[in-house]
Amino acid sequence: MTTLIYDGTFEGLLTAVFEIYEHRLQHIKIEKGEWLATALFEDVIKVHTDDKRAGRVLQGLQKRLSAGAMQRLYAVHMAGMEGEDINIIGYIRYVIDSVQNVEEDYGNRYVLRLAEMVRMIRREKHRMEAFIRFQKLQDETFYSAIEPDFNILPLLGKHFKNRYTDQKWIIYDMRRNYGLFYNLHAIEFIALDFSTTRPDNVISTYTEDESLYQNLWKNYFHSVNIPARKNTKLHMRHIPKRYWRFLTEKI
Amino acid sequence: MNEERITEKLNILADAAKYDVSCSSSGSKRKNENKGLGNASNGICHTYTEDGRCVSLLKILLTNHCIFDCAYCVSRSSNDIKRAAFTVQEVVDLTINFYRRNYIEGLFLSSGIFKDADYTMERLVRVAKKLRTEHKFNGYIHLKSIPGASDELMREAGLYADRLSINLEIPTEAGLKLLAPEKNRQDMIKPMGFLNNEIIQHTEEKQLFKKAPMFAPAGQSTQMIIGATPETDQQVLYTSNYFYKSFNLKRVYYSGYVPVINDNRLPALHTSVPMVRENRLYQADWLMRFYGFKVNEIVDQQNPHLDLDIDPKLSWSLRNLQVFPIDINTADLQLILRVPGIGVQSAQKIVSARKFGRLDWEQLKKIGVALNRAKYFITCNSSKFERRDLTGNAIKQYILAQSQSKYLKNSVTQLNLF
Ligand code: SF4
Repeated sequence: MTTLIYDGTFEGLLTAVFEIYEHRLQHIKIEKGEWLATALFEDVIKVHTDDKRAGRVLQGLQKRLSAGAMQRLYAVHMAGMEGEDINIIGYIRYVIDSVQNVEEDYGNRYVLRLAEMVRMIRREKHRMEAFIRFQKLQDETFYSAIEPDFNILPLLGKHFKNRYTDQKWIIYDMRRNYGLFYNLHAIEFIALDFSTTRPDNVISTYTEDESLYQNLWKNYFHSVNIPARKNTKLHMRHIPKRYWRFLTEKI
Repeated sequence: MNEERITEKLNILADAAKYDVSCSSSGSKRKNENKGLGNASNGICHTYTEDGRCVSLLKILLTNHCIFDCAYCVSRSSNDIKRAAFTVQEVVDLTINFYRRNYIEGLFLSSGIFKDADYTMERLVRVAKKLRTEHKFNGYIHLKSIPGASDELMREAGLYADRLSINLEIPTEAGLKLLAPEKNRQDMIKPMGFLNNEIIQHTEEKQLFKKAPMFAPAGQSTQMIIGATPETDQQVLYTSNYFYKSFNLKRVYYSGYVPVINDNRLPALHTSVPMVRENRLYQADWLMRFYGFKVNEIVDQQNPHLDLDIDPKLSWSLRNLQVFPIDINTADLQLILRVPGIGVQSAQKIVSARKFGRLDWEQLKKIGVALNRAKYFITCNSSKFERRDLTGNAIKQYILAQSQSKYLKNSVTQLNLF
């Protein structure tokens, strides 16, 4: 068993794959992060991210996968799901070892696992598109804080930019501490300093009508409920509890 | 805006609108090309009510004043309730401000009939026009068309709205006569025909000239109340089928009757909402629209009612055991779609995956097939399969026993599709 340690980037992962082939490794573990001293005693390879080597693997993938499958692979890695790098590498190896395009070979465990991860990412992205609640700040920026399960913030930009072209907005991932800021022209990545204010409570900088519309929305939410049809289980399945604290109507 | 006043109006007029179950905001392709606000495309549910229904649109009545007295409706003129009316500007402000905060996909505006059909329709159209032209609003707009309104107003509505709907309310003409004597079924059907022609015409124009205006790009829908009158499921589904075929409706909604009134023409007040039946009707509707089933395969003279215990696909399979078992590795997609426990996505995955090798039980399970149901109807790359010559009834009992928790507790679940 060999452990590969890489820097967490996609290029790093591809470089790791290169090394796997170079050293003909069969049984591997893959980890992100620093080379720990304790690891010295194990069979460890520290992967030095290398654009050339990564590029060779990338080319191999591009030859055998559609553009859509490439994008999905990239998004799955970026999402940073716990313990899944080994499956991503399994997928890459399966693709490279196959003569034909195997992206729809759902009988293969890696292809199927990748499809499952894509589904989870899509679901999380859709949830965010649905559950984001903007609050209007005094400078006319619409602000929203989120805590998605996976790193999907970059996937959200396009949807919100198309939709809210004529208003400034911020979507902030509090778990990963970075955000998207749309300044009426383009999207920037930002990091906010929350040492002075609580990030999920920017109430002091609301516009005047913010509380009016929040209250109206809460009222609306309660008015549309039909008590005779109450179905809490279904409700909870649609909106898992961990999302509630960001939903205006649920606070 | 006076907060108290507007809150009260919103409460009254959202409450009165909530019995219209349609909340879809999909099927339109309106883009944000004018640097304005919003787009309509993907149909997002922004939240869910405590009864588990999707909330996608701000669904309100312009007013609950009504000159009609339909027995099943809370807004009927003889009902002693608080009445309210929004101004056009109030609806516009609510829509824009909710939309900017990402609460909603758009507006679903309906109304009680005050004065007459044209007068009411004209107000509805004015809201949509204002949103589109003054506020460059590209979000979703669903307008209720008021039966009996002029073609001119209907046409204008289609130019601003994404979807138009006229609710049939009661599945049969006789039922409508009984409960809404002032309403005339022809008044509902005529505008559907008119709008359908306009939609077809505009779609053709749009293919020729990209710049041609859109006309109700998300099409028409309708709603029927289920259980207020004694129709069979066969009557209900045949009506749906007729409207899907004749008017290209995008959706038919089924709304289990919620008893709101004491009236001897209607089920008594404490009657429970027929939610399982409603769910089965939706499942049957999906079979017609996405699974290639014909209406007479789902219900017929011998089986005028859907089985409440099991979904209509399983029912069909049990009545047609001669079709099974099918070999998952060779059967046509159309046939795989008919297997209980296999949905559209799994069916497509199977057809893709089997090109790479024959699939076995383990792989089918991973792909998402519900084997506890499917196993009675298929064979795959395995020597193990159901060899007993089971009757339909026996299979039903096995499946019910196995998935008891799901089906029996399911009695309150809405819309759990296959
Ligand atoms: S016309 Fe519409 S709003 Fe008026 S009573 Fe009949 S169903 Fe209700």
